[in-house]
Amino acid sequence: MTTTTTTPTVAVWKFASCDGCQLNLLNAEDELLDVAKAVTIAYFPEATRAMQDGPYDVSIVEGSITTPEEIERIKHVREISGKLITIGACATHGGIQALRNYADVEEYTSYVYASPEFIDTLETSTPISEHVHVDFELRGCPVDKYQLVEVISAFAQGRRPRIPTYSVCVECKRAGNICVPVAQGTPCLGPVTQAGCGAICPSFNRGCYACFGPQDSQNCHGMADRLMALGMTTEEMTRAYRTFNATCEPFQAESLRHERARKAGAEEVEA
Amino acid sequence: MRTMGLAGLDELVEALGRAGYEVFGPRVRDGAMVLAPISGVADLPRGVGDTQDAAHYRLRDRGDERLFGYATAVQGLKQVLFPSHELLWRARKTPIGFDVEEADATPPKPRAFLGARDCDLRALAVHDTVLASREYADKPYQQRRDGVFVVAVTCADPGGTCFCVSQGGSPKPQAGFDLSLTELLDDDGHRFLVEVGSERGAQILAEVSTAEAVAADTDAADALVATATASMGRTLDTEGLHDVMFASADSPHWDTVASRCLACTNCTLVCPTCFCTSVEDTTDLAMTTTERHRVWDSCFGARFSYIHGGVVRESGSSRYRQWITHKLAGYQDQFGLSGCVGCGRCITWCPAAIDITAEAAALRASLPATEEDLQTVGETR
Repeated sequence: MTTTTTTPTVAVWKFASCDGCQLNLLNAEDELLDVAKAVTIAYFPEATRAMQDGPYDVSIVEGSITTPEEIERIKHVREISGKLITIGACATHGGIQALRNYADVEEYTSYVYASPEFIDTLETSTPISEHVHVDFELRGCPVDKYQLVEVISAFAQGRRPRIPTYSVCVECKRAGNICVPVAQGTPCLGPVTQAGCGAICPSFNRGCYACFGPQDSQNCHGMADRLMALGMTTEEMTRAYRTFNATCEPFQAESLRHERARKAGAEEVEA
Repeated sequence: MRTMGLAGLDELVEALGRAGYEVFGPRVRDGAMVLAPISGVADLPRGVGDTQDAAHYRLRDRGDERLFGYATAVQGLKQVLFPSHELLWRARKTPIGFDVEEADATPPKPRAFLGARDCDLRALAVHDTVLASREYADKPYQQRRDGVFVVAVTCADPGGTCFCVSQGGSPKPQAGFDLSLTELLDDDGHRFLVEVGSERGAQILAEVSTAEAVAADTDAADALVATATASMGRTLDTEGLHDVMFASADSPHWDTVASRCLACTNCTLVCPTCFCTSVEDTTDLAMTTTERHRVWDSCFGARFSYIHGGVVRESGSSRYRQWITHKLAGYQDQFGLSGCVGCGRCITWCPAAIDITAEAAALRASLPATEEDLQTVGETR
């Protein structure tokens, strides 16, 4: 009897997204050959025309659900996948396209398309986890390539991924960055945002834009109080919490609170 | 006591270099004072001061030539002697098992710190006690700590968040230095009064051009220390503070703080005495090499208190209570000293402007008035 060693098969899928997260896997140039040895890339149209049929041990899903067709497709992906990992803000929180959730989609399509009657789209952009069971969600807009390689390694090796859920501030302090809100008065969402990007914006003296969504102990209300003390208006607060992760609960609650205040024309937001 | 001029300070840095030290001193980076390698007086900030308040830090032009005219650098010596990230060991797979290779934290050159403040040195003493003086010494810390040379400098212009005097400190370095300088800038010129704190300090100073200090020098230094002592930006009432903290365990005030606290961890990561870390294991994709890394961690993170079954300190109020109570009271029971040196960094760098001195005062104010009542509260807790 002969035994063969096989590596886990991996498929990479795209839903409503910009492809940036998938590209970060290809951008992991130094690690890519090792990744290819540790797993079998069985389906990855962005990278290769060679495609194996499923089922797959691990599916990596980019993008959010924005059309009726995508709802059916993600169910199929779930059925043919052992583990399902979502990558990026679209797949995990609906992405920038979830701004439609706060607007009238028909109005949007009438602006964008010459013949909007041909557009078959949903009212909302929703995360993958609203439709199927997700085994792990990797945050970021885009995801960090080292975190992506870590998640793939972890699933290939059958262990838990080492992905921190604390704030961006931890990465700033470990890197020796000077705190931009304290030393420059620059508004920064780092305190409410999950680490993972390596504090890339504060490293270049910019505030954090919360691409990685809320950290595990976020205090978005307290953060807003401080940002308004630095001079931000209720409209700016609404926008600050309504970017790549606009539908995740703590950001959504805070953006709605400021939107209500703005609409009421009040200077003060409700407690 | 001796005095030396700017040329003498340059000679001191050179002498330390000849003696094999890598010299760290204050430098300006990204609008802040940081501790970084220096090669001479030319690298030092000149006429740069700082303005510090809760959640506020700015450098300012002092309009003078002072080299050490700021209050505190963004980080203390912790960033060098107890760094934010380090490899502890690495294991490699072999045909019959695996080999473990322990990391050696001994720096290629011993470090000298120019410009350390009394608060920095008292924080160093806390780390020496906690990390190196107990039954199981922290080996990497010890390896970096051994052979450190300290040139302390009197704090001439304490910041708006400083309260070292409340915590038993002083603008004038008290102990733990090899040499201590007081920068004098008056009609008699720009010079440093030098105090020797160790035999090594005396040996290095012998290589530097100095002159005998005169009464005018020591008088000017005394006056500077007196002025600095009187200009602390904050105060902390330490009378019975240990008992106040423990009696406050069930105070409703914790929820008030938690509504402002962002659980960002900044206070702990800039605190020169906070020493909590986490270990992270990594394995390469080929599964032939594994590494254990140690990184700074914080009691403000949810996963910090994660044990089998869940997170022990789920709420922000429980985390703030843990931190401030440990700092101002628990340390005394554990290590026989306060965990706070009064440097004010946690106040300045808190993006939510939470002030340890104000919170301690609020907790004290919310307690029953009499000693007897306090005792009762403590017992029934």
